[in-house]
Amino acid sequence: MATQPDVKAPDADDAFREEVRQFLAANFPPELKGKGNALASVEGPAQESDAQRKWREAMGERGWGTPTWPREYGGGGLPRRQARILDEEMGRVGAYNPIGGMGVMMFGPTLLEYGSEAQKKEHIPPICRGEIRWCQGYSEPNAGSDLANLQTFAEDKGDHYLVNGQKTWTSGGQWADKCFAIVRTDKSDKHRGISFLLMDMDAPGVEVRPIQMISGMSPFCETFFTDVKVPKENLVGEEGQGWTIGKRLLQHERTNLSGGGSLARMMGASLSDLAKKYVETDDSGAIADRVLRDRIADFEIRWNAFLLTARRAVEESKAAGGVSEISSVLKKLGTKLGQERAELMIEIMGFQGLGWEGEGFSEAELAGVRAWLFGKATTIYGGSTEIQNNIIAKRVLGMLDHQ
Amino acid sequence: MAVLNEEQEMLRDMAREWATNESPVAAFRKIRASGDPEAFDRDAYGAMAQMGWSGIIVPEEHGGSDFGWLSAGLVVEELGKTLTASPLIATTLAAAAIVLGGSDEQKAKWLPRLASGETIGTLAIDEGPRHDPAKLSASVSGGKLSGTKAFVHEAHGADLFVVAAADGLYLVEKGDGVSLATRKLTDQRSHAEITFDGAPADKLENGGDSLLDDVLDRARILTACEMLGMAQAVFDMTLDYLKQRVQFNQVLATFQALQHRMADLFGDLAMMRSAVEGGLQALDIGVGASRAAIIAKAEANRALHLISREGIQLHGGIGMTDEYDAGFYLKRARVLEAIWGSTPYLRDRFAGASGY
Repeated sequence: MATQPDVKAPDADDAFREEVRQFLAANFPPELKGKGNALASVEGPAQESDAQRKWREAMGERGWGTPTWPREYGGGGLPRRQARILDEEMGRVGAYNPIGGMGVMMFGPTLLEYGSEAQKKEHIPPICRGEIRWCQGYSEPNAGSDLANLQTFAEDKGDHYLVNGQKTWTSGGQWADKCFAIVRTDKSDKHRGISFLLMDMDAPGVEVRPIQMISGMSPFCETFFTDVKVPKENLVGEEGQGWTIGKRLLQHERTNLSGGGSLARMMGASLSDLAKKYVETDDSGAIADRVLRDRIADFEIRWNAFLLTARRAVEESKAAGGVSEISSVLKKLGTKLGQERAELMIEIMGFQGLGWEGEGFSEAELAGVRAWLFGKATTIYGGSTEIQNNIIAKRVLGMLDHQ
Repeated sequence: MAVLNEEQEMLRDMAREWATNESPVAAFRKIRASGDPEAFDRDAYGAMAQMGWSGIIVPEEHGGSDFGWLSAGLVVEELGKTLTASPLIATTLAAAAIVLGGSDEQKAKWLPRLASGETIGTLAIDEGPRHDPAKLSASVSGGKLSGTKAFVHEAHGADLFVVAAADGLYLVEKGDGVSLATRKLTDQRSHAEITFDGAPADKLENGGDSLLDDVLDRARILTACEMLGMAQAVFDMTLDYLKQRVQFNQVLATFQALQHRMADLFGDLAMMRSAVEGGLQALDIGVGASRAAIIAKAEANRALHLISREGIQLHGGIGMTDEYDAGFYLKRARVLEAIWGSTPYLRDRFAGASGY
């Protein structure tokens, strides 16, 4: 039910499907089947095996890791319909997209819209090939939800900016090559004093400290900038345009954070399969605990409605052109449902679903616990649920600010 | 809102304009005040039929337009917004039963009449206060049907009943062997217990073993469309009210506590719309309709329940008055939640169909 076939596929699509099948047969190493890691962006880069590298390079070569991006910058140049075929065919053989991260999800689409020709030529192709990791320099200790209240200052030094300040919650900062950041270039204007700047993480003066989280993982960092020199050509758009560009990027972020619920996907088994394994079933194979069964069905129905909503948003925004107004709704709903699912999952498993480390727990059980804890961040980062509610109330529903 | 083609956009706009101008909630008030047990305006239904709405899912060769379920749903949603009282859904479902299960002769006899609005049809399925199509005792012997059907919607105006007996679906005409006892429900529409006592019955022989289920899928989805319109209307009227009402020298809409509740309801409404439109599209494509119907009706039940309750609360005292419209939606909502599957029933069915 989650996806519906097109009523009639044009012949070109059949030809494309055949092309994808041949490509996968020739390039996808069978030993990687089902090995896609949805947690990769928060777990950091594992040692890349030869097979993984070859698969990434093959996909990067075609631009199929970023299938709908323009061909001239290294993307696949595919219409959305064919991108879906690619997705379907990869799913069919257990293949995964080896190219991802914030460069793909947030920065790339924003740079394609606002970047100069030279910036696109420089930065987009390495993203399409999965060669460069980007991190996001947005949040600051005193500017979390009040994002525009940022203090990191970029002083105009003629041919370059001199950047001083601190960012926090820099996801994957310790593994990133580059950072897209919003910084203050004018202290006299809260919103128009913000600019969008690209920085090298290995530049002198950049220091990264991972923060230990309740899940035990450290994907988030504090990032300090001390007299960091950033060339002027790394300014995206005009000076002072950073708030506009930054907000656009946040729309992409929201859409991706909610899209299909990567958190839920990485938990693997369906809730009902888990329940059948950990809770008794009756003679007919139904979950014997009827209350639990009812709650799982309640969740699954709403989850399906959410997936349909995500699909509808894509179709509507494609028809209307541009990112849908509904991105705040998707972020809010998707993250809430993901958390609900994780809570239900550990409840189903009982103590077996609360293991921290060591003996007596399967890898999946331990991963589930970490994912449940890490998942608490989803309603806080990328604009908390409360911020999304403000956006929906004010921008979509037209409810006014206090007068 | 699903992406529509030009034809569908015109149909929706026409339905919206007609409902707003010709059939506002005031029209329902008039029907309620009249106490007419049929509880709909025959002239208004005639106008709907004239515009082709009663024949949207009927094939062209039988006098319909064959515009599909998404189109039918668009019209029903618009009518749901203004609580338009009519047997449009019931007649469409009766027609659907005949399209799916009727012989050529039955189709030729009934579909043109249902499509033109000349004949009003309805479904008579359940025999108790809760939807349970697995338990049916009505039976047919020698072409005569006997049994009792509870809470049959649009019963008073109907000329033709699609009746579920233990061994299949039958067409029964109003007349000998059919008697009605009114059951006035909170929505003030037509509901009745019908006793069939050896009424002449004509079996729908085609459509296979799943005929009843297939008809019920359509019943669930089309009812969910009315509920979607109602939920949208309550949401819109509540939002308008919050934007106008001043308390503590401030417009209520500026209070964050209320803004976040409206944002929550907006999310629920979005999920409900996706589920309902997904159901309609599944019917048109012919894939996964049974599962899509459960999802559509379950989401409609859940979201409308919530929105109809919050609609009263957010209006405050005025929402409690009969003079204001919000209460009508609450009362109709509960009736539609109960019809063709309550929320627990649908969850049980979803779990069963999913193999757990």
